[in-house]
Amino acid sequence: MEPGPLHATLAAAAAWLVIGAAGLIRPRNLALSSRFLFPAGAVVGLALAAAALEGVFSAPHSLVLPLGLPDLPFHARTDALSSFFLLLLGAVAVGVSLFACGYLRPGEGTPPGLQCLYYHVFLASMALVLVADDAYFFMVAWETMALASFFLVTSDHQHAEIRRAGYLYLLIAHVGAIAILLCFGALQAGTGDYTFDNMRAVQPSAGYATAAFLLALVGFGAKAGIVPLHVWLPEAHPAAPSPVSALMSAVMLKTAVYGMLRVTLDLIDQPLWWWGVIALALGLVSALGGIVFAAVQTDMKRLLAYSSIENIGLIFAGFGLTLIFRGFGMGALAALALTATLYHCLNHAFFKSLLFLCTGSVLHATRERSLGKLGGLIHRMPWVAWCALIGSVAIAGLPPLNGFVSEWLLLQAFLLSPGLPQSYLNMLVPVAAAVVALTAALSGYVMVKFYGVVFLGQPREPKLAEARDAGAWERTGLAWLAAMCIVLGLVPATVIGLLDPITRALTGHGMASLAQGWLFLAPLQPERASYSPLLFFAVTALLVALTWLAVRAFYHGRMRRAAPWDCGFPFQDARMQDTAEGFGQPVRHVFEPFFRIEQHVPSPLDARPSYREVHEDRLWYWLYLPVARAAEYATSLVTLLQRGRISVYLTYSFATLLVLLLFVG
Amino acid sequence: MTSVPGLVAQFAVLALAVLLAPMLTGWVNQCRAWLQNRSGPGLLQPYRVLDKLFSKEVVLAHNASPLFRGAPYLIFGCLALAAAIVPKIGTDLPLNAAADAIALVGLLALARLFIALAGMDVGTAFGTLGARREMLVGFLAEPALLMVLFTASLISGSTSLATIVEVLAHKEFVIYPSLAFAGVAFTMVSLAENARIPVDNPATHLELTMIHEAMVLEYSGRHLALIEWAASLKLFVYSCIGLALFFPFGVAQRGDWLGLLLALPVLGLKLAVGGFLLALIETLSAKMRIFRAPEFLATAFLLAVLAMLLHVLLGG
Repeated sequence: MEPGPLHATLAAAAAWLVIGAAGLIRPRNLALSSRFLFPAGAVVGLALAAAALEGVFSAPHSLVLPLGLPDLPFHARTDALSSFFLLLLGAVAVGVSLFACGYLRPGEGTPPGLQCLYYHVFLASMALVLVADDAYFFMVAWETMALASFFLVTSDHQHAEIRRAGYLYLLIAHVGAIAILLCFGALQAGTGDYTFDNMRAVQPSAGYATAAFLLALVGFGAKAGIVPLHVWLPEAHPAAPSPVSALMSAVMLKTAVYGMLRVTLDLIDQPLWWWGVIALALGLVSALGGIVFAAVQTDMKRLLAYSSIENIGLIFAGFGLTLIFRGFGMGALAALALTATLYHCLNHAFFKSLLFLCTGSVLHATRERSLGKLGGLIHRMPWVAWCALIGSVAIAGLPPLNGFVSEWLLLQAFLLSPGLPQSYLNMLVPVAAAVVALTAALSGYVMVKFYGVVFLGQPREPKLAEARDAGAWERTGLAWLAAMCIVLGLVPATVIGLLDPITRALTGHGMASLAQGWLFLAPLQPERASYSPLLFFAVTALLVALTWLAVRAFYHGRMRRAAPWDCGFPFQDARMQDTAEGFGQPVRHVFEPFFRIEQHVPSPLDARPSYREVHEDRLWYWLYLPVARAAEYATSLVTLLQRGRISVYLTYSFATLLVLLLFVG
Repeated sequence: MTSVPGLVAQFAVLALAVLLAPMLTGWVNQCRAWLQNRSGPGLLQPYRVLDKLFSKEVVLAHNASPLFRGAPYLIFGCLALAAAIVPKIGTDLPLNAAADAIALVGLLALARLFIALAGMDVGTAFGTLGARREMLVGFLAEPALLMVLFTASLISGSTSLATIVEVLAHKEFVIYPSLAFAGVAFTMVSLAENARIPVDNPATHLELTMIHEAMVLEYSGRHLALIEWAASLKLFVYSCIGLALFFPFGVAQRGDWLGLLLALPVLGLKLAVGGFLLALIETLSAKMRIFRAPEFLATAFLLAVLAMLLHVLLGG
């Protein structure tokens, strides 16, 4: 058989595993990992991306691997959908691995060689999840991914809160894994054959299909961070080293989206429309909740983690809309919604990994993660600051960068929905569009807070004066990701051509024939809606340049430096700027019912006044603590049986034997 | 779509909008002065202010970054483009296909993001205060504006501004209940977005109440001139969006050159009436506390969502 993209993918995964194992040769040698192994990993990522790009346009291709248990071999397969996610994985891995070359430092938690092992096993397992074609292989790869990322999250395991974050992550990952396993059980419909081919062939009854969908929603939703299973995300992302947070947020969350798409649109061929309503509702709640929580965060990585919940929420909202359209047999609109969903996956992968890496550089330069102790870094770290600006504008969903394109497509899909045969749904759709618009506007607020507090203004601590800009490796990684944000924003029609085979395979309708050439993006007809980012960008740039030249030509370019004016107030220091808490206060005020707030306000007579405010998620108290208490109570009942005396245990055995004999007799 | 006369017309419209926008601000100020029994500085006062500011040298804070210096040009460029894509006198312009209603809202949001970042750049107490308040107004006003535009695009079946105006201008004259709700919402949003009185006061430098002025406090010379000019353009853009959605009569159709000539005085008349009404609203209302502003804007947002729901329910 001709070697194709599937072989290349498997080779890339194998290469990553070998690179990871090579880290064990001399685990404490930093130069080996950061100068040879991580750059090699980046090259493998690039090769994988190239192979996957070919794979998107090739016919599905499958293989039975000589691995696995006897009589239970691994099945692997690439098609347009998995190739698209492999492309995302490869392209992000290039940037993150390059960054990681310069990021590793001696004496930070786990030795570099071991980190190299976990990191590359993590990458390889994500690639294998995407090519797995039977439930067994999928679960093995899925669990390897969960374990590798768990070890990466707990790199700095000396700190108790990091161990706690890792434990929470592992717990929720496993609850999710059980749900996914049960989902595959429901899908094989009693045939006992767990290959995906068989699942495609058998048509489970509506009840089993619904059960499979709901289990998939729990399982993949837990990995993706959908409310209410999102609590691990804001704990695990800040705990992990920044390249790992970037990979987890950018790619690992997307593997969950991939699983969701694979199960509902491929394995179950005929989704029911009301599944889409559930996904849409959960997505919107996650999007709004995520961004509101992001607005009040004071730790920069937690802020980004909540923003990931928001973006995953938007992706699930688009996915829900796809299911609704698909359920009603409106193929063209389902294709539009699916395009928006996949485009947003791609966008989020790039801008979120870019921003996480920027926080990594800031963290290394300043040893500070709290927003209240940063500030003014645009002067000290211009390279990181400008890359972060691109990421911030992109994540805020503003033209002409990539975030806007997927938002635009999603809103177009909402605007076209009032043709649905269900009148109640028709009424809900404007409300859903309003939530999406509100979320997008709030993400602008959050990004002004993030960027303004970290990079602009005056440094809030004297030690920030010693901050150094990122090194050459880190810069290259950041520049790669920033460039992708710009490219994806400027040539959306080309990217939609890339998504076309997927929408054709999953919804039966393509979008490429409807794009108006490479310059204009017009999902239906140009009279209905069109957007041309290149033209938009060119005209804005032209106007800015013309303004600059005209001002110089007609007037002058004189300039003088002086102290800031600030209404003539002479005593200003860095502490008079808004803190992160201050900047988030209006959102806290407007969305007060979302939070459980603990406030400590000093009395007027306090000699050393201190002010403390803690915002917590109500879900902890409404869902997680009751569940934890119930689990503890159940285990305490079990301990009643444990008496610690052998005679009692023998009595148990005897009683069990008697009961069994009753059944046999 | 892109013909030479089309391009010429596009740039003529752009230049006209950019050059005449300050006059609208002057007119509103003049009307305000009349309503307050003052004689007023005349229509050309904004131009004199701009000329004065352009002639002065820039006094820049020591720690101002390149972002601070670049932002005024970017904001001006964004708003000039916005002024170019809103249909004013004709609908047959090449840039209309480059950006639709959603892109227009995105463009305005981009300008807002940069002005807020510039406000935080020097790191003064007022700058961050202004940026925070501006974003507070923005995160409620932006979705409300989007919902207003969505109502219009649901009626016309398109998000392209040109198509919206063509459809709305040609419908028979009946009052759409959804558009009535959208109109109220739009008025509230434009008052907030243009730093007008119930939400902000463009003439104040009273520290505790200002929003827009607090953000641009550190700007001077040509940078300030560009920001003031951009503010005028923003008022012009919002007026034109309002006219295009709710009073689209008299806008020339594709290829109608005579209509184009006629449309210009009609636009002037409509803007003059609109500017007078704005001055009237500003004179009749009192500025509200900053924490009433979210309620005001949330009302606007809900009205706009209601407008969309009404359209879906009543089909009109």
